Amino acid sequence: MPKVSMSVNGKQVSGNVEARTLLVDFLRNELRMTGTHVGCDTSQCGACVVHVNGKAIKSCTTLAVACDGANVTTIEGLANGQDLHPMQAAFRQHHGLQCGFCTPGMIMAAVDMVNRLGFDLSEETIRHELEGNICRCTGYHNIVKAIKAGAAAMGGLKVAAE
Amino acid sequence: MYAFDYHRPASLRQANNLVAKNGDAKILAGGQTLLPTMKMRLASPSALIDLGALKELSGIEHKGRNLVIGAMTTHAEVAGSALVRELVPGLAGLAGGIGDPHVRHKGTIGGSVANNDPAADYPAGLLALGATIVTSKRKLAAADFFTGLFSTALDEGEIITRIIIPVGAKFAYAKFRNPASRYAMVGVAVAKRGAKVAVAVTGAGADGVFRWAEAEAALAKRFNAKALEGVANPAPKGLNGDIHASAEYRSHLIGVMTKRAVTAASGK
Repeated sequence: MPKVSMSVNGKQVSGNVEARTLLVDFLRNELRMTGTHVGCDTSQCGACVVHVNGKAIKSCTTLAVACDGANVTTIEGLANGQDLHPMQAAFRQHHGLQCGFCTPGMIMAAVDMVNRLGFDLSEETIRHELEGNICRCTGYHNIVKAIKAGAAAMGGLKVAAE
Repeated sequence: MYAFDYHRPASLRQANNLVAKNGDAKILAGGQTLLPTMKMRLASPSALIDLGALKELSGIEHKGRNLVIGAMTTHAEVAGSALVRELVPGLAGLAGGIGDPHVRHKGTIGGSVANNDPAADYPAGLLALGATIVTSKRKLAAADFFTGLFSTALDEGEIITRIIIPVGAKFAYAKFRNPASRYAMVGVAVAKRGAKVAVAVTGAGADGVFRWAEAEAALAKRFNAKALEGVANPAPKGLNGDIHASAEYRSHLIGVMTKRAVTAASGK
C-alpha cells in the first residue's frame, strides 16, 4: 500500500493507505479526527470541506495519496487551545447551527471565504459563496449572520451581536 | 470505488511513459468528475496517472495575441487571474460560474475539456473563442476536438497540455444553470472577432456542444440582441429533454441565453 505523509493542523502524520482511500476517510478512520464529516459522499454537500495548502476543497472528492506532502487544516485545527477561532465563536453566538452536522464544513468554507475575499463580506456574497455547502436544517439565515460577524471578528472589527 | 494503482509522475515525459505502459489507465487532473464517477462504479480504471505534480502544466500566460492556459490550471485560478480578467473577461466569468468554490479549487480546464460533458461550460466557451487544444502529440482546433457526448478527438494516452485562446474578441457566456448541480441547463457563448460571430451552445444538444449558424449569420449583420428577434430557435428535435427541462424549454432558453450573451459581449 502506498505510504502517505502530510501535515495535518501543523502536525506531521503518515500512514499506509490504499490508493482509493479518500482524504476524508484517512482523516476520520486512520487519524481518528472525526470533526470532518461525510454528508452526501457525492461532492454536493460540503460537510467534508477542509483546507489543503490553504484552499477549501471537498475531502470526499480527493485521494489521500494525492495529498502527500500537503498542508491540511481541518476543523480541529482552528481553535487555539480552549479559545475558539473567531468564526467558531460567531457560529455559537449567532446560533449558526441546529443539528451541527454541516457546521465543520460551513466553518471551513467561511474561513476560506475570508481568506479570499476579506473581512467585510456582504450577505449577497456570503450566500453566493455558500453554494457548495448544504444545511438540511435550513439554518442558512443564522449561518449567514454568523459568517458576516465571524469575518469581521477575524479582521478585528467590532460588530454588534444581534 | 474499486482498487487501482496510483502513479504520480514528476514530469510530462514520465506521464507519457506511464500512459503508454498502462492501457486501461485514466488520467487524473482535478478529479471532480472522475472520482465521483469511480465512487459510483461507473468507471473502474486499473490505474490512475495523477498529473497533480506537473507544475509545467499549470499557469496562465499572455503570449503574442494569445492567452495560454496550462491544462492543470484550476477554475478558481482562471476566474481570479488578472490577465484573464483583462484580456478575456467573459472567460473569467465562465470559470467562476462552474460548480462551487471548493470544486473550483480542484477542477481544471484540461479535465473539463477532456471529459466534454454535454452540459459543461468550457466546451462552449472554447468553441466560440476558436481556441486550440494542445496535447502531448499535436494541436487541435476546438471545432475538431469536441466530437460528441463525452467524446473528443483525443487518442488513447494523449494528454492535454495547454489551451491557446486568441484574445481580442468581444466575448461573453450566459448560462441558465441547474440550481442543484450548477451544470448548464443551457449555456451560450458568443464571440465577435472582426466581422465574424461565433455562437456555441452547451447543455442542450443531443450530441453535445454545437454552433448555432442561423444566429451567427444574423449577428454578423448586426451585433445586437434585437438582431435575433426574427431568428427561429434551434428545433427541439435534436435537443436534450430530461427531468430538468424539456427539449422545447431548452430551445426557448437558447434564444434567451444567446440574447443575454450578446448584450454582455457588447458591454451594454
